[in-house]
Amino acid sequence: MRIDIVLAGVGGQGVLSVAAVLAEAARREGFCVQQTELHGMSQRGGAVQAFLRIADAPVHSDFVSHGTADLVLALEPLEALRQVAYLKPGGLLLTAADPVENIPDHPGREQVLAWIATLPRTAVVEAAELAREAGAPRALNTVMVGAASGVLPLRVEILRACLCEAFAAKGERVVQQNLAAFEAGRRAAACAPA
Amino acid sequence: MSVATLLGAPVAERVLLGDEALAQGALDAGISAAFAYPGTPSTEIMESLLAPGREGRRPKGGWCANEKTAYEAALGVSMAGRRALVAMKHVGLNVAADAFVNSAVVHVHGGLVVAVADDPGMHSSQNEQDTRVLAEFAHAICLEPSDQQETYAMTREAFELSERFGLPVVVRLVTRLAHSRSAVTLSAPRAENPTQKDPAGARSWVLLPGNARRLWKERLAQHDELVRWADASGLDTLELADHPGGLGVITAGIGKQHFLEVVDELPIRPSHLHVATYPLPVALLRKLATYCPRLLVIEEGSPFVERRLQHLLPMRRSVDGRDTGRIPPDGELSPDVVRAALGLPAREHPAFATPLPGRPPQLCQGCPHRDTYAALRLALADRGEGVVAGDIGCYTLGALPPFAALESCVCMGASIGMARGAAAAGLRPAVACIGDSTFLHSGVPALMDAVAEDADMTVLVLDNEAVGMTGGQVPALPDSRLLPIVLGVGVDPAHAHVIAAHPSRVDAMADVIRRELDHRGLSVIVAVRQCLPAQKKQRGQDVPE
Repeated sequence: MRIDIVLAGVGGQGVLSVAAVLAEAARREGFCVQQTELHGMSQRGGAVQAFLRIADAPVHSDFVSHGTADLVLALEPLEALRQVAYLKPGGLLLTAADPVENIPDHPGREQVLAWIATLPRTAVVEAAELAREAGAPRALNTVMVGAASGVLPLRVEILRACLCEAFAAKGERVVQQNLAAFEAGRRAAACAPA
Repeated sequence: MSVATLLGAPVAERVLLGDEALAQGALDAGISAAFAYPGTPSTEIMESLLAPGREGRRPKGGWCANEKTAYEAALGVSMAGRRALVAMKHVGLNVAADAFVNSAVVHVHGGLVVAVADDPGMHSSQNEQDTRVLAEFAHAICLEPSDQQETYAMTREAFELSERFGLPVVVRLVTRLAHSRSAVTLSAPRAENPTQKDPAGARSWVLLPGNARRLWKERLAQHDELVRWADASGLDTLELADHPGGLGVITAGIGKQHFLEVVDELPIRPSHLHVATYPLPVALLRKLATYCPRLLVIEEGSPFVERRLQHLLPMRRSVDGRDTGRIPPDGELSPDVVRAALGLPAREHPAFATPLPGRPPQLCQGCPHRDTYAALRLALADRGEGVVAGDIGCYTLGALPPFAALESCVCMGASIGMARGAAAAGLRPAVACIGDSTFLHSGVPALMDAVAEDADMTVLVLDNEAVGMTGGQVPALPDSRLLPIVLGVGVDPAHAHVIAAHPSRVDAMADVIRRELDHRGLSVIVAVRQCLPAQKKQRGQDVPE
């Protein structure tokens, strides 16, 4: 068993937090985990990409190769499109619907979602709206952890435990907000076509 | 894994970044002190040593003014017989090169390990120089791990080697190793060395010509011994194919992981030598070359091994790699790059052909540098052909739209010297934009030069009270000390100002800058407001990556 994931988003959205929670949950499930991240210049409001490889035997490269990703998990739809070449045939592109328009030539929500609709296997989650409804407007990234949980071999209770520990330092209220965001993401993914 | 033999019984398993694995290896090797200047992708080495929870075993030292002072402090620890780690990014080793190269002439005493993280692909750097070249230049040993476990083990081994051969030992990381996470098995920690000065004393440490000539001869004579050590170290591993002939692959560093990722797709498994030691294992290389008529070198960075092979091997051997273009001469390796080099076809994947707009990094919303650049633009409007020399840090992003405020970014501290030179060449106004930590790192000597001739220029210190780009480390001196330094080196107090960088103060900032641009002589303006993420970090709040 091997699951290769490409994570993408915009610096500041919490892409690395998503990677860290999924990696820790996979480790607790007994899988071998390789995870890349980039710090420094790349993280200041620019495009962020991380690789996460989960397998039942050690994997070699930290990189996901083109044409091999089981999942592109994106917190922003334009950044999702940037990762398409990593998908294997039949791989899933799972993205938040909400654009981060911090560049002058962002094509805008309608155009980007129309482009995504031309791809073979995609699921788009209204993550910002779900995060607001869950009372956790800053937890868009946790909504997407919930959305991804349905397609990953990670038990929900282990993911919940990892989220609790990841946010424990920020107090019980933030923990509960993120758990609510996680559940909202799970429910949304259960309804989304994929 | 060959490095397993380096380790004793496992005592714990952790999931660690390459940087963290290196720090843990140094701790468990019994370091007494560690020194560093922040720089991506090496920063998390020191961050890891300073992390909460380490209180009981935290080595002395910490962040330094620059890589050279960090290196010299580590060298002093070694002189006193204890083990020290010094960590930096690849271009930081240029700053520390005087100390590094000459420390390989003295006979170091306590283990001295130099952790250097290269940045192939230039994710967060101005070049992709290869630290193996500088290590060879200095006649130091260099070890190159290929994963997090090896990083831990080789860092421990590096201290042993340093004491055995009396040499600084470089551990070379690259971005994708430094910033990738994987499980690492730890072994029992070793105790620190006692403080005990080198019995050889001045004979080993005073590089007056008489001593230096003798020590240099000894160092050169040591080379063959180091090569014999490399060949026997077990860190370099040779697996010959069942039959001679065919392709031989030489990997170095994480090139091995990319190669192993795709090798099973080849119809015939090539012979494979992985090198992790510099000097290179010459006997193993010759053995592979005798077995295989064609060689392919897969290494991250420059064609270092490839070029040494042209020297070590008879010319009839065909050697391919970055030098011959089989692998691109620049940029990072990846399994896809290695696939192509091995002649494997690209994998099928979904296509999306429409070009997408890029999303370069940018200054944070609310960043004080935004206000300073807005004020600078106002002040420079309608002036003649001047120059604004930039420097290294978050504020380098001021070179991009919408600010487009900087015309240069070359190396740490360069802005002040370059503005002075441009002023000498006749450009007016000449402005240097430099961050507070960069100013302390290497801007102060250039400012002294500018004072000496009262250069017709304005230095704008963008003081955000943090090393922002690398995660908000605290600079070597608090910001309240910058003005005393500026005045202390002799800047005219009438032309030295501290102003607040704030959106509501942009016009007032522009007025001060305008006045000093009009002044025929040197002026310094320190624009102060704390970096927002650094402020949150200090308050213990969440800082998104």
